Amino acid sequence: MSASYILKRIALIFYTLVVVSLLVFAITQILPADAAVMMLGENATADALEALRQQMGLNDPIWLQYLHWAGGVLQGDFGTSLRTGQPVGPALFSALGTSLTLAAFALVFMLLLAIPMGIIAAVRRGKFADLSVSFISYIGVSLPEFVTATLAVVLVADWWKLLPPAGYVPLTQDFWGGLERLILPVIVVSVMMIAHVSRMVRSELVDVMHTDYIRAARLKGLTPRRVLFRHGLRNALLPTITIVALDVGYLLGGVIVVEEIFSIPGIGRSLMSAIQARDLPVIQAGVMIMATTYAVVNFIADVTYAWLDKRIQYD
Amino acid sequence: MTDFLRRLFRTPQGLLGCLIVGLILLAVVAGSWVTPYGPNDMQALARYKAPSAAHWLGTDQYGRDILSRLLDGARSTVVMAVLATFIGTLGGAILGTGSAYLGGRADEFIMRTVDAVMAIPSLLLALLVVSLLGSNSANALLAIAIAFVPSMARISRSVALTVRKQDYVSAAVARGEGAAYIVLREMLPNVIAPIVVEMTIRVSFAVMLFATLSFLGLGAQPPASDWGLMVSEARQFLHRSYWILLWPSAAIALTAIGFNLLGDGLRDALNPRT
Repeated sequence: MSASYILKRIALIFYTLVVVSLLVFAITQILPADAAVMMLGENATADALEALRQQMGLNDPIWLQYLHWAGGVLQGDFGTSLRTGQPVGPALFSALGTSLTLAAFALVFMLLLAIPMGIIAAVRRGKFADLSVSFISYIGVSLPEFVTATLAVVLVADWWKLLPPAGYVPLTQDFWGGLERLILPVIVVSVMMIAHVSRMVRSELVDVMHTDYIRAARLKGLTPRRVLFRHGLRNALLPTITIVALDVGYLLGGVIVVEEIFSIPGIGRSLMSAIQARDLPVIQAGVMIMATTYAVVNFIADVTYAWLDKRIQYD
Repeated sequence: MTDFLRRLFRTPQGLLGCLIVGLILLAVVAGSWVTPYGPNDMQALARYKAPSAAHWLGTDQYGRDILSRLLDGARSTVVMAVLATFIGTLGGAILGTGSAYLGGRADEFIMRTVDAVMAIPSLLLALLVVSLLGSNSANALLAIAIAFVPSMARISRSVALTVRKQDYVSAAVARGEGAAYIVLREMLPNVIAPIVVEMTIRVSFAVMLFATLSFLGLGAQPPASDWGLMVSEARQFLHRSYWILLWPSAAIALTAIGFNLLGDGLRDALNPRT
């Protein structure tokens, strides 16, 4: 892996953000919402509206408005929420923290389950364990988050009264209480990824176990255990990094639904209410933050992959 | 054709997938004829009923027959999902094969832009498009189609590039065949198969996305019998009856499983090496 590969990947992140920002800006420009009317109310006088439009730069040409907005974003200024009148940045970044906590727990939980499931299915190919894993994963990829979430709340919270049905407490404030409220959301967000990743691990491992170097390791007289762990898994688990990084897109989408159902004050919920209220600056900032998260995670995954797998030479 | 079907039915996925999807398509086509009640017929005296001989799946909060609503909703939910997937796939296939055909800088530019758009989660992209166009089923369909274009473009391009390098294409070029013949007779049949497989699997995503949009209040609007909307409405009345939640959830899951299985079965059947 060369320095120029890393530089190219970083340039790609910037290109991604420029494209996303243009797209989001275009969408929010077409949205039928008048920022001045939203801030001053329906009964504002035409003069007051005009003055505010002038002040907010709403009468400038579109490209100037875009440059103005993009320049602000580059300096960390995402504008002011039309609904609350507060700066968008600080509120959204604290919401992002909440969402990332949820996402990080979900990723760890998913990996802890999906990798062993995939390995067991590959090792016991065609046997009962393999069939059970693929049965579970078919069910898993077929249940949308809102269905899993609703069923989980009904069963675990309403009937068995094991866990609270919704709500959020920051872990720094009350660790165990916060953790208790995170359990159901984390499980719900990970179901789809567990199903997907375990299938990927299985098929990668099955492929790797049919290669010549595994046969060589077997013929060398290594124990099946050693062949699997030293030679098989090392190579089979590498592509998982890329798959998990691409799944972060699903994860962020799932987070929107799950935060809405469990009333978690994360970025997904902020975005949903901003979309419903047509709070343009919050929509723009929220989409930018989500896309940046996705782009950065994939950058890290690609660089890690290239660093771990010495066979791959990127130029 | 019979050989292909035999190959499809040989795998458990293919057989089960065909059965489930066939059943669902039957419900879509014949559903509204066989429904015992109208989807919006309210019976004030028969609310929150558990499954019985009169109402096989029970009734909802207005005393509407759940089976009739599910069968009626199958038409909107499944047909919309298939249409959205088809439009999205078509758009993606044109973009992807076009990009592969152009090659060079144009290809690089198109694919980097497609990658960039993929940084927006597809649910979020669909949400944005719906909020732009307004919340109703037709706009949800368009939103899902648009959300599918980038990933389908990526897949179509990689398939087209692989096919372009195959020996039979080189042989056709060496024989001196025209460009139209090569694209239509040699490349297209081999590009279509993997795309159809991918499209089948995507229908299950579309069903789920559709239901999610309706659930969030941005897709079909009441009193439509869209499955996602049924789940969303059922949540408030859970303490009275859980059947109204269970049946539409099961319908969504069954449809998604069916198309997933069928897609996997098709992949195996179309793969000449198995």
